[in-house]
Amino acid sequence: MLRDQDRIFTNLYGIHDWKLAGARKRGDWDGTKELILKGRDWIVTQVKDSGLRGRGGAGFPTGMKWSFMPKTFDGRPSYLVINADESEPGTCKDRDILRWDPHKLVEGALLAGVGMGCHAGYIYIRGEFYNEASHIQQAIDEAYAAGLLGKNACGAGWDFDLYLHRGAGAYICGEETALLESLEGKKGQPRLKPPFPAAVGLYGCPTTVNNVETIAVVPTILRRGAPWFASIGRPKNSGTKLFCISGHVERPCNVEESMSIPLKELIERHAGGVRGGWDNLLGIIPGGSSVPVLPRSICDTVLMDFDALREVRSGLGTAAVIVMDKSTDIVKAISRLSKFYMHESCGQCTPCREGTGWMWRVMERMVKGQADLEEIDVLEEVTRQVEGHTICALGDAAAWPIQGLIRHFRPELEKRIAAYKASRPRQAAE
Amino acid sequence: MSAAPTAPAKEPTTFAFSQDYLRRAEQIIAKYPPGRQASAVLPLLDLAQRQCGNWLPRAAMDYVAGILGMAPIRVYEVATFYSMFNLQPVGKWFLQICGTTPCWLRGSDDVIRTCESKLGIKMGETTADGKFTLKEVECLGACVNAPVVQVNDDFYEDLDAASMARLIDALAADQPPPKGSMTGRQNAAPVGGPQTLDGRAPGGDD
Repeated sequence: MLRDQDRIFTNLYGIHDWKLAGARKRGDWDGTKELILKGRDWIVTQVKDSGLRGRGGAGFPTGMKWSFMPKTFDGRPSYLVINADESEPGTCKDRDILRWDPHKLVEGALLAGVGMGCHAGYIYIRGEFYNEASHIQQAIDEAYAAGLLGKNACGAGWDFDLYLHRGAGAYICGEETALLESLEGKKGQPRLKPPFPAAVGLYGCPTTVNNVETIAVVPTILRRGAPWFASIGRPKNSGTKLFCISGHVERPCNVEESMSIPLKELIERHAGGVRGGWDNLLGIIPGGSSVPVLPRSICDTVLMDFDALREVRSGLGTAAVIVMDKSTDIVKAISRLSKFYMHESCGQCTPCREGTGWMWRVMERMVKGQADLEEIDVLEEVTRQVEGHTICALGDAAAWPIQGLIRHFRPELEKRIAAYKASRPRQAAE
Repeated sequence: MSAAPTAPAKEPTTFAFSQDYLRRAEQIIAKYPPGRQASAVLPLLDLAQRQCGNWLPRAAMDYVAGILGMAPIRVYEVATFYSMFNLQPVGKWFLQICGTTPCWLRGSDDVIRTCESKLGIKMGETTADGKFTLKEVECLGACVNAPVVQVNDDFYEDLDAASMARLIDALAADQPPPKGSMTGRQNAAPVGGPQTLDGRAPGGDD
């Protein structure tokens, strides 16, 4: 188990003072000036060497992403944008950083800004997080008042302004280019890539969008050193990670653990185990609603990291672990996710706009078994037609949960169809 | 996406920010570079909605369009795209019940049934006295404290049928309980108290 002294988010549960005085006691803003003075290249190299991969779901190497930002000034400012639009079902980790450790995010924003040559940053927070936004704004205000942000931030000769921007209810704005559209005052509809934000982002300027957790771990990485972070977890999957354990466990919770911790150990050690015991487990969605569900046989041994979950055709995603015991109507559980994606489709691309509704309607029939056996394959085929045929990954995210259901729980679908037919013998005979 | 803006009976014909909100609007616009004031459309619509008692009439959208130099249609597009803008009046207590899978697994159906039976209205409806509106919403992002209900700006967590009934009674008496867990849990720590970070960690301040 990860030792407490290796945990970054030491106020995860909001036990201690989250304001500047309390944050300083926990080590935030300690020697920030010296870190800035080590310079842009040092910061990016440290982040690269730490092995940090983006914590928002895609897992792209953070240091490499930062290195894509222009090194020379062409008249356009560079922007850092922090994605706090946390809305992936199962995921509630950034919320606890925003409300209980906001100074880690504010300090991280400054250091990331230096690392990418940005003098301004925006935090885009989902509108529903009203109280969380209040904490972040207070942390920003405190940082300005203490000279940690603004002109000559921390006395290190770098100007950096940080602004909070509240969204207004749209899952799609967690997609980075939809977020930029929204931040510019438009509907949150994703942009075609390329150009990538590092070339043409916010207001047409070079921009990097990073997740809250990604930015908030940076100060600790720089203080304790890249080798420390890289020593936790498996190679290419390094560091500590916030896990959200929800659903049918004895004690749902958020917890910071080592990357690559076995899924079973994570649940048994921190969440009191599956309700009714491990043998009562039906399946787990290991990384937020977008990644395919895993049956118990895989959950027995799988490790919680990017590569291990990819090998079993699922994903770490946001590390939101949704546990379902044997009392679960697994078809209904996935169908409810299909409804979510239908609701959240921005409507821009036809396969997603039409496909998410179509898939949900078929899933609702599958819940009752009101379908023909062949329709399982038709449903699977439609998910393939949506996947990869849309501007952003929402289409993929809507397809994968259904693909996971068919891959691992096909007999359940078949059983319902047979039962429905048996209950209506006359129609079945026709 | 929400429905298109329709014209309910009580649409006011004019709208203007109060002095206080006008000052706050100016502070918000100043966050964005010159010429990029359209960025302020979401926060300004939010302000307008607050001033109108938690809904957004057409006159307020037109007013915000005027302040930001945007074509009104661009503001309508935004107001109808984002789920938090209420294009019809809602009750004093606006109950947004999460029904997405993590909340559903923990019993959001019971919470929804309790709301509907106790208030005598369905999802999407407002009580005759204008006190309560019910709406099923998508993931609120507090999944380890499921089921979750958002009441105006605040989250109430770890609900079940009994605590939801108590919450409604308290709101009916205009005495909202403290926000957060309804079981007294410490935020997102496991029930029974933190198993990690229990104060022995360096940096614990007590």
